[in-house]
Amino acid sequence: MTSNTSTNETDFDLWLEAGRTERHYWRDLWRFRELFYVLSWRDISVRYKQTVIGVAWALIRPLLTMLIMTIIFSRVAKLPSEGTAPYALMVFAAMLPWQFFAAGLASAADSLVTNANLISKVYFPRLIVPVAAIVTAFIDFLLSFVIMLAMMAFYQFWPGMRILALPAFVLLAILTALGPGLLLTALTVRYRDFKHVLPFLVQFGIYVSPVGFSTSLIPEQWRLLYSLNPMVGVIDGFRWCLLNGEAPLYMPGFLLSTGVTLFFCVAGVCYFRKTERSFADVI
Amino acid sequence: MSSSVAITVENLSKLYMLKHQTNSSGNGLRHVLQDSLKSPFRKKHTPHQGDKEEFWALRDVSFDIKQGEVVGIIGRNGAGKSTLLKVLSRIIEPSKGRVGINGRIASLLEVGTGFHPELTGRENIFLNGAILGMSRSEIRSKFDEIVAFAEVEKFLDTPVKRYSSGMYVRLAFAVAAHLEPEILVVDEVLAVGDVEFQKKCLGKMQDVVRMGRTILFVSHNLTAIKSLCTTAVYLSSGRNLFQGPVEKALDLYMKNSAHVRHTTDRDKNASMKIWIRSCQPEKMAFTCSETKAIQFTIQAKESCHDVVSAVILVHDQNSVCVAQCDSRWVGLRFGPFHAPGSTHAVLNLSTPWLKPGSYRVTLYLETIHGFCDQLDDACSFEVVGPYPTEFENGESISRRALVLSDFHFVEETNAQ
Repeated sequence: MTSNTSTNETDFDLWLEAGRTERHYWRDLWRFRELFYVLSWRDISVRYKQTVIGVAWALIRPLLTMLIMTIIFSRVAKLPSEGTAPYALMVFAAMLPWQFFAAGLASAADSLVTNANLISKVYFPRLIVPVAAIVTAFIDFLLSFVIMLAMMAFYQFWPGMRILALPAFVLLAILTALGPGLLLTALTVRYRDFKHVLPFLVQFGIYVSPVGFSTSLIPEQWRLLYSLNPMVGVIDGFRWCLLNGEAPLYMPGFLLSTGVTLFFCVAGVCYFRKTERSFADVI
Repeated sequence: MSSSVAITVENLSKLYMLKHQTNSSGNGLRHVLQDSLKSPFRKKHTPHQGDKEEFWALRDVSFDIKQGEVVGIIGRNGAGKSTLLKVLSRIIEPSKGRVGINGRIASLLEVGTGFHPELTGRENIFLNGAILGMSRSEIRSKFDEIVAFAEVEKFLDTPVKRYSSGMYVRLAFAVAAHLEPEILVVDEVLAVGDVEFQKKCLGKMQDVVRMGRTILFVSHNLTAIKSLCTTAVYLSSGRNLFQGPVEKALDLYMKNSAHVRHTTDRDKNASMKIWIRSCQPEKMAFTCSETKAIQFTIQAKESCHDVVSAVILVHDQNSVCVAQCDSRWVGLRFGPFHAPGSTHAVLNLSTPWLKPGSYRVTLYLETIHGFCDQLDDACSFEVVGPYPTEFENGESISRRALVLSDFHFVEETNAQ
């Protein structure tokens, strides 16, 4: 019972010490993968409980937004589409990643605070929570994709072989939501101000990003600067895949956008990991 | 030797910075921005003088726990028990010192962590199980057992938001009770549900003990600690006062006089003329039948012509109010206060006799104009067994009442 016997490092499976918890982090992340499935599943199955039309909401929202955007930008403002692609298709090809980004970012940013009871009562790698939140948004994305296919059939517009590259751009979209999502959720734990920043950011973003119009409308000399917005790269990528080459990819801009995305991802993970240890203390 | 040690705690300390509400302190972004604008070259985390105070929730706590040992952790509210469990459960990080753990650890700091009201009982079993660290196959193999233990077979496919609070708690505990880690950390979860279910939980804990698991157990229910644990750690103000046999630890704990709860933080409230300054039981633990004395101080900031009456409510651990003591009923009023000052008073509660458990005291002050001051959870005290007489059988009948009463039977000779 007395601890005068000098204890060896190797005598114990696990040492808890200030600044030490990191060691098994990535291994723990793998060990807790089942919790990750369960949390994602919980968020998905709760999402449309006690609604009458249920999952249909996931379809109605992007459809209506697309409709309004098409009417305003194409009919009222008379903006040109990408080549010969129907305007509605061009808008929807951008709505797909945009809706995913907005929903993913919002639910990831909120995730730690809404799961505060878990954070303060159980141990698990906290990274699971925001990532599981993004998975929820991803389900809506898949549903929207069905609409995209239906619309393509309606317009008799076939995307061609480029669609095979889509998974890569989907991954890019996930990373684009993940980086800022991690950053915002970790910041929200300490500063609830960011809860108020977010809706504004998302609302603002849909007009700043080329959702309702084509990137080719941006004057050549500004395009690189415009690409600092990571969603520009993602949206251009989606259009390139889905619009059968009617929307050529502006490479320098795309690389810059991807770079910004990766920067946010690394920054997000680093900041998250750095502050994670004190989450339970401040939440 | 050391292979038989399940947990070693070495000089464990946990520091919190308390922030006092002054004009510039706060945790909002505004304050950080403001502060960095005011003095951009100061290092970011330098504590400002005067508006932050160090608080050691744990200080140099050291002990070892052997494999298979059942350890109770006792101490008053705020002694650091929950902080200790949170560090051991890896929820918070120690500030100093270290902890070594051997074996799979699972902690149960709350019943029903992560339960989602919209999900059904069945779904919540899987959700809660995963949160507590069980694998899906493990939950599936114990599913029937969990359902039987919780007695909710009929309502498995009903969302738990429609459950009665009793059913909810039973289901939550049932999941937790079927955890099978090598080390189990339990915080105060036995104080849930009705008395029958509490007994069932205690029985389940005893089963776990018999299986030879290492258990750390925090409870205010000293009777439960006494019956479950072999050794105990006694914490006071974040320090480890004693570790050893459970009887000795309990003795020491009960002998220790209660601390005063000062309400100095409320002194700044300008609108209050009269308020409760302190409230404390005479002892931390009483026996069932002895008179329980509760001392309190009423403070008047300025002269006040109104007289004040005091109402003390005593709640048991299920928040049932078991006693109400209104000073007006016994014709006592405090004041008037002709000058700023304080009045000290003692409430002697002789009946009803209270059953073993922990009790919380709420104190109100009222004037003829109405409500004056209120202190919820003004203090708490324990009542420890044994009952005036230990019952061998018929426990469930004897446990039905909320309180005990002083009574006597008179045997009258049968005049036949």
